[in-house]
Amino acid sequence: MRIFDPHIHMTSRTTDDYEAMRAAGVRAVVEPSFWLGQPRTRPASFFDYFDALLGWEPFRAAQYGIAHHCTLALNPKEANDPRCTPVLDALPRYLVKDGVVAVGEIGYDSMTPAEDAALAAQLQLAADHGLPALVHTPHRDKLAGLHRTVDVVNESSLPRERVLLDHLNETTVKDAKDSGCWLGFSVYPDTKMDEDRMVAILRAYGTEKVLVNSAADWGKSDPLKTRKVADAMITAGFGEDAVDQVLWRNPVAFYGLSGRLRLDVPQADGLHEGNSVLRGGE
Amino acid sequence: MTQPPAWTRGDVAALLPDDTARAWFDEALADAARAAGTPPAAPSPYLAHTWELRFAAAGRHCGHRNADAVRALLLIEARAGLGTLTRLYGYGSAAERRAVLRALPALVEGPHAVHLVEDALRSNDTGLVLAAVGPYAAAHLDAHAWRHAVLKCLFTGVPLDAVARWTHRAAGDGELARMLRDYAAERTAAGRDVPDDLGRVLTLTGEVPKEL
Ligand SMILES: [Zn+2]
Repeated sequence: MRIFDPHIHMTSRTTDDYEAMRAAGVRAVVEPSFWLGQPRTRPASFFDYFDALLGWEPFRAAQYGIAHHCTLALNPKEANDPRCTPVLDALPRYLVKDGVVAVGEIGYDSMTPAEDAALAAQLQLAADHGLPALVHTPHRDKLAGLHRTVDVVNESSLPRERVLLDHLNETTVKDAKDSGCWLGFSVYPDTKMDEDRMVAILRAYGTEKVLVNSAADWGKSDPLKTRKVADAMITAGFGEDAVDQVLWRNPVAFYGLSGRLRLDVPQADGLHEGNSVLRGGE
Repeated sequence: MTQPPAWTRGDVAALLPDDTARAWFDEALADAARAAGTPPAAPSPYLAHTWELRFAAAGRHCGHRNADAVRALLLIEARAGLGTLTRLYGYGSAAERRAVLRALPALVEGPHAVHLVEDALRSNDTGLVLAAVGPYAAAHLDAHAWRHAVLKCLFTGVPLDAVARWTHRAAGDGELARMLRDYAAERTAAGRDVPDDLGRVLTLTGEVPKEL
């Protein structure tokens, strides 16, 4: 079984997670830039974070045979802090980089005017850079947030076929599907979706343009949720082809819209077997 | 004296996969050459010359295997000075940073860019460490930093032969010998292997590697 986790925050995870993910079948991940739990107060903090997503994290992932790409953006929560909004001016420098396969996570948190502006500006940046967009739907006031998100997408110059609406659930899946965007589901302990509800949604709405992710981060989350959904699909009678479509081919097709996806894992140049990550650092 | 670049324009063009890539390469070089005559206007601190954006995008347009060479030629064509090199390194992905490090011997005379080498040596990305210990480091890294670079290579599994002129710099270095002996003792005490490369350096320092 080959698995592509299209939304996971590996910066917050240990090498044990990488090892377990590899053993479970994960061969590729996309790490969206998001907020870190602790608010940032200056653009330079974002740039160091982007550097990690473009250098250190792919290096760590490669040690475990996992291809790592990222999506970059100013996230909706921090878009409300005027000390952070200059990040928008610097994004054109970062969105050209080879490891960037989408603009994201963008979208709404509290649905403020500052979030409106950041969302519209970053949908335009995606269109300008030939990138798709990963759009987070809000955790509070979710259905209203979804409708407002779809309206902004429709007003933008980015085609809906290049937009992934993420963190969907039973209350938002129908309208999201009707919008023509790609559909993302985060399977997360306690909040968001669980495996059995995910299987029920796949039964009701089909597997086309559906992506399933763990969204694992610094909260109580599980980087093996993608595999658990695959197993639940098999138990529920889905065939291997349907599992492969949802957990591999759909994410490859969506992020492949960037033209930048590389699924062969590049080895760091000229190295022996060992390295300091595997040895536990310095 | 700077060193001649490792690649010529013709070498790189011959490596490129197709005419589309060659056309992109020619246009990017022309763009870089134009920029060399025009200092960047700066309405925003983040504004980049278009050639700098092409520098970042070189991998997917020219093939990832050719990216280092393409990026090096762009830097030469743009006559990138210390400010530009520092900026491109600072905003660079790991691959872009490697390209800047590899281009240093051809672009920078004197030790002014050694802060970039030191930054890379503080990282734990072995690809960056490898690119940092080239001829520029051999020429300009001070003795203390150079010894730590050698130790870091042994520690992280970067092959010693990647360290430019290591036989020359290690010769007769008693302090390096002490550091290597201590490292070997630490490995041995922990019941771990001592890297083969360690014995090779120790021999050159004038110490005979004993029962490591
Ligand atoms: Zn997320």
